Amino acid sequence: MDTTTTDHAADIDRHVRVYITVFASLMVLTIVTVGVSRFHFPVPVAVTLALLVATVKGTLVACYFMHLISEKKLIIAIMALTVVFFLVLVALPILTVSDGLGIHG
Amino acid sequence: MSDQAVVVPAHGAHEVHHHEDELGFWRKYVFSVDHKVIGIQYGVTGLLFLFFGFSLMMLMRWQLAYPGSALPTLGKLIGEARMPGGTIVPEFYNELGAMHGTIMVFLGVVPLAVGGFGNFVLPLQIGAPDMAFPKLNMASYWFFFLGGVTMLASFTAPGGAAQSGWTSYTPLSVIAGQGQTWWLVGMIFLITSSLLGAVNFITTTIQLRAKGLTFMRFPFFVWAQFVTAFLLLLAFPPLEAAGVMQLMDRIAGTSFFLPSGLVVSGQVIHNAGGGNPLLWQHLFWFLAHPEVYVLILPAMGIVAEVIANNTRKPLWGYRTMVYSVIFLGFMSFIVWAHHMFMTGMGTAMAAFFQTTTMIISIPSVAILTSLIISLWGGSIRFNTPMLFALAFLPMFGIGGLTGLPLGLNVADIPLHDTYYVIAHFHYVVAPGTIFALFAGIYYWFPKATGRKMNEMLGLIHFAGSFVCMNVIFMPMFLVGLAGVSRRLFDGGATYAFSQPVLHLNVVSSWGAWILALFQLPFIFNFFWSIWKGEQTDDNPWQATTLEWAAPSPPPHGNFLVVPEVHRGPYEYSVTGAARDFVPQSEA
Amino acid sequence: MDIPYAVEARRDTGLTNGKIGIWLFLASEVMLFGALFASYILIRTGSPSWPRGDTILSVPMATFNTLVLISSSVTMVMAWASLMRHRFETFRMYMGATILLGLVFLVVKYFEYSEHIHAGEVPSHSNFLAIYYTLTGLHMLHVAGGMAVNAYFWGPGAKLWKTNPEWFTNRVEHSGLFWHFVDLVWIFLFPTLYLL
Repeated sequence: MDTTTTDHAADIDRHVRVYITVFASLMVLTIVTVGVSRFHFPVPVAVTLALLVATVKGTLVACYFMHLISEKKLIIAIMALTVVFFLVLVALPILTVSDGLGIHG
Repeated sequence: MSDQAVVVPAHGAHEVHHHEDELGFWRKYVFSVDHKVIGIQYGVTGLLFLFFGFSLMMLMRWQLAYPGSALPTLGKLIGEARMPGGTIVPEFYNELGAMHGTIMVFLGVVPLAVGGFGNFVLPLQIGAPDMAFPKLNMASYWFFFLGGVTMLASFTAPGGAAQSGWTSYTPLSVIAGQGQTWWLVGMIFLITSSLLGAVNFITTTIQLRAKGLTFMRFPFFVWAQFVTAFLLLLAFPPLEAAGVMQLMDRIAGTSFFLPSGLVVSGQVIHNAGGGNPLLWQHLFWFLAHPEVYVLILPAMGIVAEVIANNTRKPLWGYRTMVYSVIFLGFMSFIVWAHHMFMTGMGTAMAAFFQTTTMIISIPSVAILTSLIISLWGGSIRFNTPMLFALAFLPMFGIGGLTGLPLGLNVADIPLHDTYYVIAHFHYVVAPGTIFALFAGIYYWFPKATGRKMNEMLGLIHFAGSFVCMNVIFMPMFLVGLAGVSRRLFDGGATYAFSQPVLHLNVVSSWGAWILALFQLPFIFNFFWSIWKGEQTDDNPWQATTLEWAAPSPPPHGNFLVVPEVHRGPYEYSVTGAARDFVPQSEA
Repeated sequence: MDIPYAVEARRDTGLTNGKIGIWLFLASEVMLFGALFASYILIRTGSPSWPRGDTILSVPMATFNTLVLISSSVTMVMAWASLMRHRFETFRMYMGATILLGLVFLVVKYFEYSEHIHAGEVPSHSNFLAIYYTLTGLHMLHVAGGMAVNAYFWGPGAKLWKTNPEWFTNRVEHSGLFWHFVDLVWIFLFPTLYLL
């Protein structure tokens, strides 16, 4: 949101209300993720839950603090492409060393 | 004052004020924020590194042709540590190999292709006054310069410069001498330079294009640089992270890449262990595969411009080429492990990478085919840039086709890490990219200087280089197919299976040394033409793209009248037009 | 010579140069941290054993730091919102708070690191610690860098508000985007290293 877009006081007020709501949600989710970790679930479950909460929190920060939700399509497209490559980078190496992936089948 | 190209200011085009502040020598020529000066800085520095990197190879080729024999004179100059009695020791051979690769790729080709041509031509070709972030642009160059100085200085490290290949595979690189640490630091500077540059190129292309210049009216060169910038932006950071981790392994005693139970020369390495050498390979190749497209895309861009101009026809299949280059850029991120087929991955992932690798050859072929078909029915002008551009086509064809067996995981088994691989990639980069870069130099020299380079010297440069390149690299396919591995200190001389092909090492070496001689006319031509070259007007090639609407050389701010674009980039031989070309900015 | 669209947005893209530039830079940062996360996964899964984060690291300290960083993100966006409302003094208050919260984060990390180092838990000790120090160290450098830029806009850079308020607001927004990104990275770092 650059200053050339409408920035009437009412708009900003609305945004500020959103910021406070997101702030509260982030605090709650932080407590949740720490709380959940106390249960010491088996690693795959713990990882899934932790990543789920982190993704929600991250999305809130990106969409509302970073205004991605109202950003121009070009920016969203660039970040979406980046996320795809991020996932490729994070997922593919482990698949190549997951012993026996495909060897037995 | 040179004649201005025909620029009819269109309705609505406006004047740009040029306040030529009295900048001192340093601000004008050294710490300049003008993209043209920065482009020339990159270009000249890049060329110097190319020649230096080539010199390293010429030394290696002595050892390969005549293993164990003393090199007269030069041997003594290099000193007893590296060349006792004038013979190359294995460590020095490895130093030469690692630094040849590093310098050619990161200090030579990319700075020239992207930093040089990209910086100089791109803003002009989109009708912009400069890059979006001129100060950042200057910073990019100086980070590159710092990286280059670090790499050169690394030769003075105790034990010599990096010796673990340009690929710096762990754990060898972790236990290597101090030069490797310099290499890592140098890479961090170079990567930073590229990242800053990429941000600049992308922003500039999107935001500073002239009025009327839609994406589908871009010259193909602009598309090529645009996609290349995305590759640099998103693929380099993982190597930066990996470089930091390797530095930590070397300096802070971590074991990111050191497996447990490592024994070196009979000594057990006392480290925490648990590291994974393959982690380095993944992070390295995640960058290094897109990097090879960084090497080729600007070259394809240059060839496209030169071909369209010298056939007096529009490019055939422009849309196909654009979609292909975008698709190619995307695919380049998901093929990297074809460099790792021999690391023990399971068949499912091997099949995945093999498939994506085969798929990525399609857009490559589409682009090459479009360029070839573009020649059909053209009024071909065989000037020096065109000769190099034409030669690029079959040379890249050979390079590309020979890559196919390497991309098939089973065929890769006998070919991996042999001279076949070296021949493959050199065909793409040497008579491929470097020829395109030569084409670009001859083509845009008049824009930068207002003078043309000499055609006779250009012809000699071309003919000699073309023959020598093939003499060097064609035999290497045979050497590789015979089973000779790369990076062997003696070129395979100790192995029985190498004996039938060993003589080819001599052939390649002589090819290399004679290739060096044929660069002399080019070097002479380059400098001589700056002062004595035939003076030209702003558009000596009668080209359509926007850079030719600016004066030669363009002033600070580039255009006397800001161009407005009304047509596509290749309106050559348009029916009913007064001349055989219509400039992109003409109303 | 003026570069167009440095301050006012280009009509067809609706963006300023700086806005695109900062997002592109953030894209490269996503890949940088992505590489480290990929490394974490590969190293952890390749290890015969891997300690649960809370057995070595201090969850209370890190939870506190998480709340600190999230708060600093709010103050950061409020700083920008204040500029949009032309309330310069409120901007300075919020920006100052952001910088202070960043400082608190760094101080806590200093204490965390000291504790570990005194106990001999240095990077070379284990791969868990190696990746912990690398990830949090790199993150810390980004916090420090963000703070430096923020401090510039709070202090000497603030005079731009008088001569070109629009440009100043945009630059603060871009600095804010970087700061939020740093928070975002921590949001993933925290559970990965401390809770799993």
